[in-house]
Amino acid sequence: MVTESVVDISRLQFAATAMYHFLFVPLTLGLSFLLAIMESVYVMTGRQVYKDMTRFWGKLFGINFAMGVATGITMEFQFGTNWAYYSHYVGDIFGAPLAIEGLMAFFLESTFIGLFFFGWDRLGQLQHLVVTWLVAVGSSLSALWILIANGWMQNPVGATFNPATMRMELASFTDLLLNPVAQVKFVHTVAAGYVTGSLFVLGISAWYMLKGRDLPFARRSFAIAAGFGLASVLSVIVLGDESGYTLGDVQRVKLAAIEAAWDTEPPPASFTLFGLPDQDKMQTTAAVRIPWVMGLIATRSADKEVTGIKDLIAQHEQRVRGGIVAYKALTQLRAGDTSHDARAQFAAHQQDLGYGLLLKRYAPDVVDASDAQIRQAARDTIPRVAPLFWTFRVMVAAGFFMLFVFVAAFYYCARRLAGEKKWLLRLALWSIPLPWLAAETGWFVAEYGRQPWAIGEVLPTSLATSSLTFSDVALSLGGFVLFYTLLLLVDLYLMFKYARLGPSSLGTGRYHLETAAARAAG
Amino acid sequence: MIFDYETLRLIWWVLIGALFIGFALTDGFDMGVGALLPALGRNDEERRVLINTVGPHWDGNQVWFILAGGAIFAAWPLVYAAAFSGFYFALLLVLFALILRPVGFEYRSKLPTPGWRQFWDWALFAGSAVPALVFGVAFGNLLLGVPFEFDADLRSHYSGSFFALLNPFALVTGLVSLAMLTMHGATYLQLRTEGPLQDRARHAARIAALVAGLLFALAGLWLSFGIDGFRIVSSAAHDAPSNPLAKTVAKVAGAWLDNYRTHAWMVLAPVLGFLGLAGVLLFSSRHRPVPAFVASALAITGIILTAGFSLFPFVMPSSLSPASSLTLWDATSSQRTLMLMFWATVVLLPIVLLYTIWAYRAMRGKVTVEQIREQHRSAY
Repeated sequence: MVTESVVDISRLQFAATAMYHFLFVPLTLGLSFLLAIMESVYVMTGRQVYKDMTRFWGKLFGINFAMGVATGITMEFQFGTNWAYYSHYVGDIFGAPLAIEGLMAFFLESTFIGLFFFGWDRLGQLQHLVVTWLVAVGSSLSALWILIANGWMQNPVGATFNPATMRMELASFTDLLLNPVAQVKFVHTVAAGYVTGSLFVLGISAWYMLKGRDLPFARRSFAIAAGFGLASVLSVIVLGDESGYTLGDVQRVKLAAIEAAWDTEPPPASFTLFGLPDQDKMQTTAAVRIPWVMGLIATRSADKEVTGIKDLIAQHEQRVRGGIVAYKALTQLRAGDTSHDARAQFAAHQQDLGYGLLLKRYAPDVVDASDAQIRQAARDTIPRVAPLFWTFRVMVAAGFFMLFVFVAAFYYCARRLAGEKKWLLRLALWSIPLPWLAAETGWFVAEYGRQPWAIGEVLPTSLATSSLTFSDVALSLGGFVLFYTLLLLVDLYLMFKYARLGPSSLGTGRYHLETAAARAAG
Repeated sequence: MIFDYETLRLIWWVLIGALFIGFALTDGFDMGVGALLPALGRNDEERRVLINTVGPHWDGNQVWFILAGGAIFAAWPLVYAAAFSGFYFALLLVLFALILRPVGFEYRSKLPTPGWRQFWDWALFAGSAVPALVFGVAFGNLLLGVPFEFDADLRSHYSGSFFALLNPFALVTGLVSLAMLTMHGATYLQLRTEGPLQDRARHAARIAALVAGLLFALAGLWLSFGIDGFRIVSSAAHDAPSNPLAKTVAKVAGAWLDNYRTHAWMVLAPVLGFLGLAGVLLFSSRHRPVPAFVASALAITGIILTAGFSLFPFVMPSSLSPASSLTLWDATSSQRTLMLMFWATVVLLPIVLLYTIWAYRAMRGKVTVEQIREQHRSAY
């Protein structure tokens, strides 16, 4: 029997390694497109400064990309190492998008990244431009397949349980592919990556402008980042994945938890701007509410209701009871009883099987669970509300703040006044950490909010781990944190060093530090 | 569906084997170059030449490894689950080593400090040599049987330890793997370098081929006479739903030679391995880099096929509970998933091969010290 502490530390390790990985992914997603845009302008206009921009921001891209690849290797294998039962239970479905990601996207990105860096003198202008675009397309395609896999964990469509193999099996690849949760997550996530890349370029260019260095280079970089960033931040907010929250039960629970919506309100529901959620009493104190807003955001309508937590728990209790019937029938089927009765019972209740498995924590045989255990299992279907409530608000606040930065940057760029607005330049510089804050809190909301499920309504997280000991995972977690932190420090050191050097690091002789050195020498 | 379940399962054994071979033939040579870095590069500029021969390609090559992992997840989920959780610390060791590579390549020449560069040179060495060794150790342990079993819910339980993996037989197969990938790196370097570096690479290729040949022969004798193989006594039909517990398996001396008795043509695999190694010796001595590289590729193909043919139809035998052993018939995904992944591979992999070849063509030619001096800011 897998102990709770192994489950907890396995979750911690997955969260830590995934969140480290996602320090690098959004910048790769965003910068690759900015590089492609810059190089396109170079090829169209033939102006050297755009080639220098592509090469310099490409250097910073490379420093980040290496860490993205390094931390990404872990992710492909960690399901097997630490979530072995998960891998068996859903590998038939979940493995496919991961493998296709490798075939369709990661190969593309990784093969052409080498040509991007080493091919400047080997390839024609147009060929190199195509290579850069393929890197960008490859990185976003990669995100597509990963989010199809992740979207399926939130809303597992297109799959059925097979008692003969004791696992979920693919029923419809089209459903998996067109899972609406996956689609909105994809748009939301890649657009957030584009925002990250844009704010990175915007902020660093602003620093050059504040220092009065390499102004033509910095101004052009700033302008491209402002334009691309504004379009991207609007996509993140307008096409934000709130629209995915009404699809599937897990997403409904997440929405209620984010909003600390204990009771079902008559539609359209109000939005709790601020408050102190109390899970034990199931109420929110000191709440500041804005009428209507939640219902409009969540359901895109004025007449559909947002189900409250108390009602969700009541619904889930019924499903746990259904799950017991399903589990009993499954046990009979597995034991070789293929009677019509057992099959019919299983068919009628199999959609509740996952809820029955929630009881395994309390009653290993499931069928003999007491009423109190059933009620506890139903309560377990609601994740901790307060952390979700707060991280969601941090993410949204960061998002709207970035919207303001990009609107201001774009407005003053259009009026050719950006360079004179010192407050704007400082704001852009100091806003650089915000997209990372938003991305990390966003992932926290998505995945912590999925609990207690590894696969929504199908497989509880507590059953999904490998048969490892606590000390096994503690050792590996310690190793990861130490190793990743050291590498992160090296990454940051190089990033700061090369950002400070600026385009002078290209050695063209045209930029600030070199011309300053030449002047001093001359 | 155009293939029945049994055929599809066989096809996926072939495809996963092909991915392993693809990985060894591509990522294998950049790992070999990494493993040779301290031995062949006598100064910073020479080491930069070595690193830059694989600079544009190592990342694409590494995807073969990632893809092999993803394909095992999709096609053999039970193997993915049992092997990766069982070989926990061995796999983490490989991951940590592999993590050193992207950063090592990218960061090494970003600072001029000699200590910094030496550190990353050793990181690249470890990042290349350790996985090459551990992959071979893993195969050795597969041939010995792995101490794991499934319970009635098909949850796998592993009862071995990390250090038990490092037994004498597995260390021999580990060294076969390390020697053959080092040889592959050395033949690649004959293609891409010139002058003294190329001479050293020729020398290294011959030593590595000789070592690989001796150890491969030793492992073969050991396999034939020293360890027990596994044999299926009874099993469910080859198109039955995947359930490893529905068979009985016996541990029998010499059983790993069964396939060579019943399908004599399979002997061609070890023969190819030895002929390839001999080819590397011959062509490296005669200054023929292209045939030497091709011979190295053939040797690797032969050696990996030998391991696969010996195990067939086993993928991961269990020493703890032989009935829990995983075979290509009872550890697979559903027919629908295998079919889907078959199409994905058939359509996408040729495209990958085409642009990979294009990338190699674009970057062909020798890497020289002069080039490194000229491009000292942009080269690795």
